[in-house]
Amino acid sequence: MGTKNWPLWEIFVRSKNGLEHRHFGSLHAADAEMALENARDVYTRRNEGVSIWVVESKNITASNPEHNGEMFEPAQDKVYRHPTFYDLPDDVKHM
Amino acid sequence: MSEEQIKNLEEQFEARIARDEKIEPKDWMPEKYRQTHIRQISQHAHSEIVGMLPEGNWITRAPSLRRKVALLAKVQDEAGHGLYLYSACETLGISRDVLYEQLHSGKAKYSSIFNYPTVTWADMGAIGWLVDGAAIINQVPLCSTSFGPYARAMVRVCKEESFHQRQGYEIMLKLCNGTPEQKEMAQDALNRWWWPSLMMLGPTDDASVHTEQSMKWKLKRKTNDELRQQFIDQTVPQADILGLTIPDPDLKWNEERGSYDFGEIDWDEFWQVVKGHGPCNKERMKARVGAWERGEWVRDAAMAYAEKQQERKEKQAV
Repeated sequence: MGTKNWPLWEIFVRSKNGLEHRHFGSLHAADAEMALENARDVYTRRNEGVSIWVVESKNITASNPEHNGEMFEPAQDKVYRHPTFYDLPDDVKHM
Repeated sequence: MSEEQIKNLEEQFEARIARDEKIEPKDWMPEKYRQTHIRQISQHAHSEIVGMLPEGNWITRAPSLRRKVALLAKVQDEAGHGLYLYSACETLGISRDVLYEQLHSGKAKYSSIFNYPTVTWADMGAIGWLVDGAAIINQVPLCSTSFGPYARAMVRVCKEESFHQRQGYEIMLKLCNGTPEQKEMAQDALNRWWWPSLMMLGPTDDASVHTEQSMKWKLKRKTNDELRQQFIDQTVPQADILGLTIPDPDLKWNEERGSYDFGEIDWDEFWQVVKGHGPCNKERMKARVGAWERGEWVRDAAMAYAEKQQERKEKQAV
């Protein structure tokens, strides 16, 4: 077995200009340059992308789903952030 | 956590799956769910990787450039599918190294179909047509399985897989419209691959130990027997178009069921191959482990180079 394993990278691909980069999956590579080359071969064999980002997985900080309550619930009772909260007569147009 | 708390979490978990919610890697999950998924996803990944070997055998001997680029692309796809699946599996907290170790030591299984030899060019046709055909039937329902990373990997795999089957069928078609010898070659390939392809869909329902739990977790949407029947019903007409005969004297259309009846499958053969006594089990593992070991110095060199570049960058920054 090798002395050191290749680290894990997360791969983000922009399918075409005008769209955001989207997470496509992950792969192992020795460095960023190799991660880009491997991502090309693994995730864009059929013209799926025009741009690739690679980020070493250990550099991503993720929220914990166990804390989803305090994290996301506060937004639930703030209905006044949505346009339908405001009562307007039906004959008001273009609003 | 107390036993009651765990039971509570498990009930909520099962309810989420019943509501068709997806489970993501960082979500709480029962240990059995994690282990079952590691087993199934890694077996699936291993099958893709070992699956490259029987076809790799024919790349250098493909009869035309058209066939050669197609076969190369197919084998490259299989490497890709293996990689998607390994990454999905790693999100469950197992490392790539351990997964490889399990394959190389024989602890993990892969699809037994890849332990059969590919002796003629027609086998490339039969594999694409039958083996990939059976794989598609297995895989399409998995696109909506409960574990998010597995479902996403399967969507990508299924999209790519349909070319595999079509290129195989085209090979068969060409041979069947060729000389009598070529047609004979196609028939011989069908004769050898038919029964192993039926076995590929897994043991019969009454012998399958994981079916019930797997159905609940949506790791399975149809039983093995249902999938096998679907495969037979859609493949027989395809054989008719080729003008080939399915090697099963008991195969007969059943008007009442709207399906084909078929003969007894030799499950002893299946279990022999699963247990390591198929025609090519040893050869496949030797090729796989050999490639891994011979590649070690390349992996080490790449890592050493990456570290050196990193050091150089840090020095320059000072």
